[in-house]
Amino acid sequence: MIKNITIGQYFPADTMIHRLDPRIKIIIVFMFIVSLFFITSFYPYLLILAFIMLTIKLAKIPVRYVLKGLKPLMFIIVITFLINIFMTKGEVILEIGPLNITKEGIRQAVFMALRLIFLVIGTSLLTLTTSPISLTDGIEKLLTPLKKVGVPAHELAMMMTIALRFIPTLLEETDKIMKAQMARGADFESGNIINRAKNLVPLLVPLFINAFRRADELATAMEARCYRGGDNRTRMNELKLNRNDILAISISTIFFVSIILTRYIDIRGIL
Amino acid sequence: MIIKIEGLSYIYNQNTPFEMKALDNVNLVINEGEFIGLIGHTGSGKSTLVQHLNGLIKPTSGKVIVDGMDTSGDKKDLLKIRQKVGLVFQYPEHQLFEETIYKDIAFGPINLGLKEEEVNQRVKKAMESVGLSYEKLKDRSPFELSGGQKRRVAIAGVLAMNPKVLVLDEPTAGLDPRGRDEILGRLKKLYEEENMTIILVSHSMEEIAMLVNRIIVMHKGKVAMDGKTRDIFKEQSKLEELGLGIPQITQFMREYRMKGNQVDDTVITVEEAKNELIKYLRRKGND
Amino acid sequence: MSDEMIRIEDVTYEYGSQGEGNYQVAVNNVTMKVNKGEYLVILGHNGSGKSTLAKLMNGLLIPTKGDVFVNGINTKDEDRIWDIRKTAGMVFQNPDNQIVATIVEEDVAFGPENLGVPSEEIRKRVDRALEIVEMSEYKRHAPHLLSGGQKQRVAIAGILAMNPECIILDEPTAMLDPVGRKEIISTLRKLNSKEKKTIIHITHHMDEAVEADRIIVMEKGRIVMEGTPKDIFCQVDKVKELGLDVPQVTELAYELRKEGFRVPCDVLTVEEMVNVL
Repeated sequence: MIKNITIGQYFPADTMIHRLDPRIKIIIVFMFIVSLFFITSFYPYLLILAFIMLTIKLAKIPVRYVLKGLKPLMFIIVITFLINIFMTKGEVILEIGPLNITKEGIRQAVFMALRLIFLVIGTSLLTLTTSPISLTDGIEKLLTPLKKVGVPAHELAMMMTIALRFIPTLLEETDKIMKAQMARGADFESGNIINRAKNLVPLLVPLFINAFRRADELATAMEARCYRGGDNRTRMNELKLNRNDILAISISTIFFVSIILTRYIDIRGIL
Repeated sequence: MIIKIEGLSYIYNQNTPFEMKALDNVNLVINEGEFIGLIGHTGSGKSTLVQHLNGLIKPTSGKVIVDGMDTSGDKKDLLKIRQKVGLVFQYPEHQLFEETIYKDIAFGPINLGLKEEEVNQRVKKAMESVGLSYEKLKDRSPFELSGGQKRRVAIAGVLAMNPKVLVLDEPTAGLDPRGRDEILGRLKKLYEEENMTIILVSHSMEEIAMLVNRIIVMHKGKVAMDGKTRDIFKEQSKLEELGLGIPQITQFMREYRMKGNQVDDTVITVEEAKNELIKYLRRKGND
Repeated sequence: MSDEMIRIEDVTYEYGSQGEGNYQVAVNNVTMKVNKGEYLVILGHNGSGKSTLAKLMNGLLIPTKGDVFVNGINTKDEDRIWDIRKTAGMVFQNPDNQIVATIVEEDVAFGPENLGVPSEEIRKRVDRALEIVEMSEYKRHAPHLLSGGQKQRVAIAGILAMNPECIILDEPTAMLDPVGRKEIISTLRKLNSKEKKTIIHITHHMDEAVEADRIIVMEKGRIVMEGTPKDIFCQVDKVKELGLDVPQVTELAYELRKEGFRVPCDVLTVEEMVNVL
């Protein structure tokens, strides 16, 4: 049934990568993404690929899971590829009707597509090795210093946790409401876009009303358990950095700084 | 009219690590005019079975034939099937959505393509069947009503389709005794006056005993028992093996009889027990 | 130190305002008390005011008139409302809409975290609470995969982890199947007898009231009956008039009495009935 789907594609395992502090992992992925945008030639991509392969090996994740994360974005990657291949000006190699394929276009298309692909894979690796609750804790801890400038770190984290908690429940409810309306002859499949949107009313209205009711009941239950916001709140599982975390962040920082430097210095010349 | 279920098996999440066989080779015939109690543990397959009866779920293998139409067949037949087999889910008040009670109950008939005049008749009759005043309530919002009343609006919404078979999944769940008696009383009336075939999924043996003439017991996706009400309740040990019980009054009569008292222990209601005991005690008193 | 857990003095609670369409007096001039260690069941049909009374008991609602004292603290005292809720925990009807976290033990930790309890102490409390409700093996499970009865036990554990003296449960079994109901009733019994918690159990199911120390029956916002289970069940006529049920054997005894047979009125179980007849 729907409720068995794991959200965020977390792949449970007990590896060094999984055990890293979520804050460290978030920062590493952040550096990863930033470095991707500094790359201007192809060979740093080889280094990035090596980094990814090493992480995948250490995290014991089957490659097909990593590639699965690309599926939903296939569409955007292909569009990017096509736009670049047809829209880049330069030395024309091929003509297909009114559209031209240039040498620069091919290079640009492959380059951009690779950037997107690595971006998605990098983020996937984060969600594959970090449980949603860990991620939320990590984000909350990272945003806490920003509370001084008005960022509601705790409230954001609370919202994310509750959302994650209720996604399977709401999916189940959607299924149930759909079936109940179908039992009365509702049709969610046929018709044009306008018809199908109208037909969603018997699904969306109850869903919303029930969601509000749930929220009300949950808020009452939280109040009964003395919830009063994030002040003076403690946590059962405190995030603590250990040697592996320091090691990981140090190695990663050096690595990504090097990647960024390839934009300015041609290391091949040095080697 | 008949519902024929042949070799029905259903597997959730096939080919995934979460694969689960919910129904295992179910064979059943539902005849017109029956009042059936469908019982079994949570997870026994009751809800899954019931959703096959109107084609909301299609079999993984096997067939479900409603009035000659296969639920896995022509899509056009599905609407006809859903008109003939009305299904009321648990907590049906959670599916209400329209601005007025009239419009919500009319949803079904409108989907069937009926004309305005006919829809109007259906709504009136459906509201009457569940004991709601057409004049007073038709223009009110369904969300203004109490829980029990909302539930009746939802049931009316299914009745307005004029089904031949009415399937209800725990219609009294969450209701207090008064609300429960009200709903069950209406169901009894529907059965007796409209000749509706009714399938009642319930956890309460007492409720079942008072209403149904046939009991189907599900266990781990299979039909474990199937027979007349009294016959099924005679098999106490088998029911207990399946983790189910019998009405408290039947249990009492059984234990009373086991202590040496010559009473009929196939009674299934308080009324029957009372009459039986009065006879017995007066006889004993005269000895 | 007083023996009283909760004292309710002349309390009235009104929804809406007088003269408006939605005006309703949910609780009408109620005076009662709950003693420490008691197992109290509050019975009533839907709309009798029992749920409102429950929420008045831990300060989720403040009386329109009158006062509610929890362990001597007035619920109107805004500064001490959190002390009240710590002492009198509350479990609600819908198992799903009480669980806030994505892992069982994280949800049980929610209460103590809100109270600022130190990390290690929370760990101990969570483990102990889960042990008491017999859900230890589900510690790291996702709550949405649990059965209704299991979810409710997690909710109870969440309250236990706050170390309350009293637990109020508002129709905790209303949405559960028979297996789930049995689990909860047996857990409540254990909490009262072994853990010495004061239990206030609100329900409309008569058979859940059989083991109570005391029963209060509500109707239209007032207390209309009060006594031990045997006292209450003896008045079959009145109980039925109030929209409640009696166990089938109790009804049978009543019917036989009407016919002139000498059957005691306080028969509640099959066993008792067999012995008595």
